[in-house]
Amino acid sequence: MADGDEPMAVDVGSSGDWDGRWSHVQKFLERSGPFTHPDFEASDETLQFLLETCKILVIGAGGLGCELLKNLALSGFRHIHVVDMDTIDVSNLNRQFLFRSKDVGRPKAEVAADFVNSRVPGCHVVPHFKKIQDFDESFYRQFHIIVCGLDSIIARRWMNGMLLSLLVYEDGVLDPSSIIPLIDGGTEGFKGNARVILPGMTACIDCTLELYPPQINFPMCTIASMPRLPEHCIEYVRILQWPKEKPFGDGVALDGDNPEHIQWVFQNSLERAAEFSITGVTYRLTQGVVKRIIPAVASTNAVIAAACATEVFKIATSAYIPLNNYLVFNDVDGLYTYTFEAERKENCSACSQVPQKLQFPPSAKLQEVLEYLTENSSLQMKSPAITATLEGKNKTLYLQTVASIEERTRPNLCKTLKELGLADGQELAVADVTTPQTVLFKLNFTS
Amino acid sequence: RIMADQKTNKEQRYDRQLRLWGDHGQEALENAHTCLLNATATGTEILKNLILPGIGAFTIVDGHRVTGEDNNITITVTHGGSSRAATEFLQELNSDVSGNFVEESPDKLLDNDPEFFHRFSLVIGVQLPESTCLRLGSVLWSAGVPFLVCRTYGLVGYMRLVVKEHTVVESHPDNALEDLRLDQPFTELKNHISTYDLDSMEKKDHSHTPWIVVVAKYLENWCNEHDLQVPKNYKEKEAFRQLIREGIRKNESGAPEEEENFDEAIKNVNTALNPTKISSAVDDIFNSEQCENITSQTAAFWLMARGVRDFVQNEGNGSLPVRGTIPDMIADSDKFISLQNVYREKALQDAAVVAKHIQSHLQAVGKVTYPFNAGGLPVSPLCKNAAFLRVVRCRSLAEEYSVDSFHKDTITSCMDSPDSEMVLYLMLRAVDRFYQQHSRYPGVYNYQVEEDISTLKLCVNSLLQEYSLNVNVKDDYVHEFCRYGAAEPHTVASFLGGAAAQEAIKLITHQFVPFNNTFIYNAMAQTSTTFQL
Repeated sequence: MADGDEPMAVDVGSSGDWDGRWSHVQKFLERSGPFTHPDFEASDETLQFLLETCKILVIGAGGLGCELLKNLALSGFRHIHVVDMDTIDVSNLNRQFLFRSKDVGRPKAEVAADFVNSRVPGCHVVPHFKKIQDFDESFYRQFHIIVCGLDSIIARRWMNGMLLSLLVYEDGVLDPSSIIPLIDGGTEGFKGNARVILPGMTACIDCTLELYPPQINFPMCTIASMPRLPEHCIEYVRILQWPKEKPFGDGVALDGDNPEHIQWVFQNSLERAAEFSITGVTYRLTQGVVKRIIPAVASTNAVIAAACATEVFKIATSAYIPLNNYLVFNDVDGLYTYTFEAERKENCSACSQVPQKLQFPPSAKLQEVLEYLTENSSLQMKSPAITATLEGKNKTLYLQTVASIEERTRPNLCKTLKELGLADGQELAVADVTTPQTVLFKLNFTS
Repeated sequence: RIMADQKTNKEQRYDRQLRLWGDHGQEALENAHTCLLNATATGTEILKNLILPGIGAFTIVDGHRVTGEDNNITITVTHGGSSRAATEFLQELNSDVSGNFVEESPDKLLDNDPEFFHRFSLVIGVQLPESTCLRLGSVLWSAGVPFLVCRTYGLVGYMRLVVKEHTVVESHPDNALEDLRLDQPFTELKNHISTYDLDSMEKKDHSHTPWIVVVAKYLENWCNEHDLQVPKNYKEKEAFRQLIREGIRKNESGAPEEEENFDEAIKNVNTALNPTKISSAVDDIFNSEQCENITSQTAAFWLMARGVRDFVQNEGNGSLPVRGTIPDMIADSDKFISLQNVYREKALQDAAVVAKHIQSHLQAVGKVTYPFNAGGLPVSPLCKNAAFLRVVRCRSLAEEYSVDSFHKDTITSCMDSPDSEMVLYLMLRAVDRFYQQHSRYPGVYNYQVEEDISTLKLCVNSLLQEYSLNVNVKDDYVHEFCRYGAAEPHTVASFLGGAAAQEAIKLITHQFVPFNNTFIYNAMAQTSTTFQL
């Protein structure tokens, strides 16, 4: 048998580690250096901390998540949890390398954990096939560092809000031990970013909401009567024609992953387009518009996940000063990176201690308040639920997410704030998917 | 039936990337065969990121025995170690890809069979000692095979692209200016604009006239009053905007109506007034020797560029063929589509003329086939991208390293900031010097670190002296590079793995633009820079 075919003869110590296994890592932990963090002390205990104690939470087991798990496992982190609510799809396989064709349909978190645990001896990844909202503070509090590879701004904001809610203030002073660093990565095509957030200390997700481009939603009149682009035709079929014709039965919603559904939308979009002499409707475009597909490749995810994992390592070991605090990457033309310090927003609705204000005349309708909450670029709420204390009781003024309550409270939208019995200086409590905690607003009447 | 299913499966699998480089890009990728030298963490990460998107084939050349220190996902001691294991793991990532390995050191191959490397679309050299790198660089330069050098050294990542000439038709620029020709409307556009009489239109039509038409109309008026000159400075543009603003219909009480298309027109005045002109990059292409002297050996890109140049110098009256696309804008369907068609039809017309020029050159050199292959594209994408043609020419390693031709000015001016990534480049050159002299890298073992600092410093000084570089390399960096002990931390290897793989894909697909020619990544500060050396 050729030399190369036999497993190496190694001296596996009691820790399960063979000689030299962590030598790349040890050089940074056991040697002093001129660029280390001021708190850094060369020691062989730090490696033990990584291997035995440090607990990391990875949010998302997709394009970034798979890379993150591998990076952390090969850097000495052994106690890792991963949360992902999705199952594996064929289109994931061009980059989510912990998955194979046979895994399609299985939960991402579970397959990812299995792969890493079997491939990297000693590593213990615990999977959670759940939504991040399924967990409360007691779950999140156990981690030293949380790193996100999410594909949704709403989920990011929720996570951001959760970590902010864990902060402990004593006499107005933040207790540093209550801070859980959040490393957040995002990618889209050939662009990506990585940021380090120290909740309560540095810019949070909501401080920089304006950095996230708004989703493209075409105006209804364009879609309904004045299409010009193939995308307009597809949206017409999705938004107007499908609910009207219910092609697959009553109450059957359009499922972007169902090829039959997409085919139906495609055919009807072609017909719509033909009416207006619009060219360019293809099956691929149809699917892209219906599912809001964002193009993705392995390389960008690899770069951003690597940058994030480097930051996890720096923070866990104090080996170097962490990124301060935002990295942007783009390799369309050469390779471009830009590193800057995102600033905290003084009146951030998520992380500042500044009470949020709502300024409206008493004659304003509740509808206007709702629009402000969703359209204001610093708030960008999705479907806020507004409650107030009236006559000593907690009253829901408007709630969208439960159909029966929405119906009952809908008439309030047309009532003025005065008619609803609200007073100047009144507190309104607003709940929304973008935050785990209710946001309190003070209502100030303008004349 | 099975083949149709397979095709659909591949399309599903690659859907997210097909939206970036298209089916033709994917085809180019699937026809490529890359060689990787050294299956280290960096090397295997690069390969992984090429295998996942479906590169045709790879060959690993690695003569090293696996040690306990190898920390990459393809090789673990408990799974056995060798280039064969790496190959097997990587191949399993994508069954469409074929993998090979050669258990040989690159130096031996260069000694015995340098032509081994001629068969590859691209050679990627990872963690190569300087001497091997230069030898290989020379072989590949003569053979015309692109060479991508990558190394991870502690918290520093380094890439060097070595390719004589790389041409790109589809560069996909991020922020491309529109090609509206409002400053020099072609006849068909002028005719189309003249079918509009804004003042006599019904309100509904007036509010749904595309802003391009609105601007064109007002521009006509302006030019008539201003000696046929378009608005040039801020003051004039403001006045022009005001002119358009005054064109907004008013209601009975004299207040302006809501006319979103006019708002768009005002907002887009700057865009509209962008002068139609050819970028210097494209000019350089037209002035290149290859574009001037067309022979039977001329590559497709230059034939096409020449066709476009001929158009510019004749039918185009100094302008490129019309691109043919317009952005979306508030308008009713009819008005928008008919305006769009004016641009589209002109673009098709111009493309046909370009095709004729190309054809006549082909005939002149005795070639018959059109449209041609060998990296050529049909004419329509060429004309759509005429404004974005790019050529990347990298200097050879020999030029970079020679005392007579190295880029002294670049190095010196970068080092005006002593913490610029250039100092990391100089340190890499210094550790290579150390390796040459001592057959090892500095600080690999703890006991070596202290002593090696002064030895490495000598290497730095001798390097600076040899190149007469009057720059200051801070002692901190000498210390730091000894501290690294030539470590290859996985996260830095993985960053490079992604970056290098995408550069490889750019080279293979001829889409998007590769870097030129030295990229340094600083994982300590999370910064990077590209230098031309």
